[in-house]
Amino acid sequence: MKRHNGAAMLFLTPWFAGLLLLTLGPMLASLYFSFTNYSILAPPTWVGLDNYKTMLTEDKLFYTSLKVTFTYVFVSVPLKLVFALAVALLLNKGIKGLGIYRTIYYIPSLLGGSVAIAMLWRKMLGGDGLLNQLLLMIGIHAPDWVSNPKYALYSIVLLSIWQFGSSMIIFLAGLKQIPQEYYEASSVDGAGMVRRFFNITLPVLSPVIFFNLVMQIITSFQSFTQAFIISNGTGGPINSTLMYSLYLYKKGFSFFQMGYASAMAWVLVLIIGLFTLAVFRSGRMWVHYEDGGN
Amino acid sequence: MIRSAERPAIVRHLLIIAVAFVMLYPVLWMLGSSFKPANMIFSETWFWPKQWHWENYANGWRGVQGNPFSKFLLNSMILSLGAVAGNVVTCSMAAYAFARLNFRYKKLCFGIMLATIMLPHHVTLIPQYILFNKLDWVNSLAPLIVPKWLGTDAFFIFLTIQFIRGLPRELDEAATIDGCGPLQIYWRLIMPLALPALITTAIFTFLWTWDDFFSQLIYLSDATKYTVPLGLRLFLDSSSQSDWGPMFAMSVLSLLPCFIIFIVCQKYFVQGIATSGLKG
Repeated sequence: MKRHNGAAMLFLTPWFAGLLLLTLGPMLASLYFSFTNYSILAPPTWVGLDNYKTMLTEDKLFYTSLKVTFTYVFVSVPLKLVFALAVALLLNKGIKGLGIYRTIYYIPSLLGGSVAIAMLWRKMLGGDGLLNQLLLMIGIHAPDWVSNPKYALYSIVLLSIWQFGSSMIIFLAGLKQIPQEYYEASSVDGAGMVRRFFNITLPVLSPVIFFNLVMQIITSFQSFTQAFIISNGTGGPINSTLMYSLYLYKKGFSFFQMGYASAMAWVLVLIIGLFTLAVFRSGRMWVHYEDGGN
Repeated sequence: MIRSAERPAIVRHLLIIAVAFVMLYPVLWMLGSSFKPANMIFSETWFWPKQWHWENYANGWRGVQGNPFSKFLLNSMILSLGAVAGNVVTCSMAAYAFARLNFRYKKLCFGIMLATIMLPHHVTLIPQYILFNKLDWVNSLAPLIVPKWLGTDAFFIFLTIQFIRGLPRELDEAATIDGCGPLQIYWRLIMPLALPALITTAIFTFLWTWDDFFSQLIYLSDATKYTVPLGLRLFLDSSSQSDWGPMFAMSVLSLLPCFIIFIVCQKYFVQGIATSGLKG
């Protein structure tokens, strides 16, 4: 086939410039910074593995932020996907007005990443907020959810689950792909609803579940805005919402420890990479491709 | 009488409506609160205001700490439209090259491009900040717009490649016979046909840029340069107990562009999410 080296160069120039100046170059730089002390004001000084050593042996907040982030990912991702799947199943059977329902269920996902919604959440779950007024109606005196270290993170988890819309739409698209004959054949065999769900729906849907799972894990590890707004930028109360991204931001842009923050960034890449790899590995056991995976 | 076969359908509908109502209630409550006086916001659970107080909008519009809200809106508009134009132009160019042109190191370049989609932005964050700081671009919109003109949102490149691959190659061949070069094929043939992919790119770039709090927080430090998310946060910081009404009013206003785009572009929206699995 004819080669278009010149034309391709032309079309790829912006991308290539971005790759060198804003991706590959910065990656190398951040790897270098991660072995230095760097406050921007003075040139970086080489400290070897000190940042990594401090992180792993001395920095209690690093472990706190890991724990907060892991809790957040492990609780919110499965719940979100379960809700998304449940609602997708509810909406799947040729229901009238599907378009409208789908729209309504997607609205929280559309708005959820915004500061406005995070602020709303903070007010709604606060001491005299909407939730506690509702609870008071049935006679329950509830605590201030967002300023109580026991519950603060779960108020952010709730916000994340609330945004199950885009996973739901992907599930709905997946459900539409399941050939109706599968269900007909199995009901001839006398399979009930539960068995049909476990023997047909789940296996056929497994590539879609897998895809949603990977996407959600990757994005959840990086969440920032909600925790920042709800805790007013502190990660409090008592660091109970100090997500990894938030801690990295504080290190880099509040304390100007750019070297340390760079090291944290690389640890995050490693963590996300390992998790993605683990999910891919486990996928071999539970993801079924119609075409046998080719 | 309801026939027994219809009963499950009705139960399902009721369930769907009930869940939808619970889900939407926070948004409705916010909308209602934006019309309530401060002392009613936290004493009423029902979203519908008993009296309508439009002055929350006037007070909010006047802004915070001497910065009118219109300034935040204007900054956000410039930012979002600049980002949209950048992503649509440069991502589609790269996508065309990857989908249709044959060139040296194509596989390698494609692999790198795919890998950058998965890369957490934290890794490039700090060197990028230092670079933009050296260029003296910090505290302007440039560090937020310029990267979009350099095809850094590889996700949209990938999305557009997938779309272009679905277009018949015979079209390109016919155009080549007619004497069109790659530039003309890109501009006259592929771009019009790839419109759905370009629109999806435009919609999501707009929404994500509009809501991208993290980058804006890092790069904009002067309140006169603030965008909507940062301006809203200024409300939250400075608001005394009596200011919740204007805060909610401006929050509603900040969500309005997203809503309008969502409703106008619904068709592309659902397709875009279902086929490409856009995040969120």
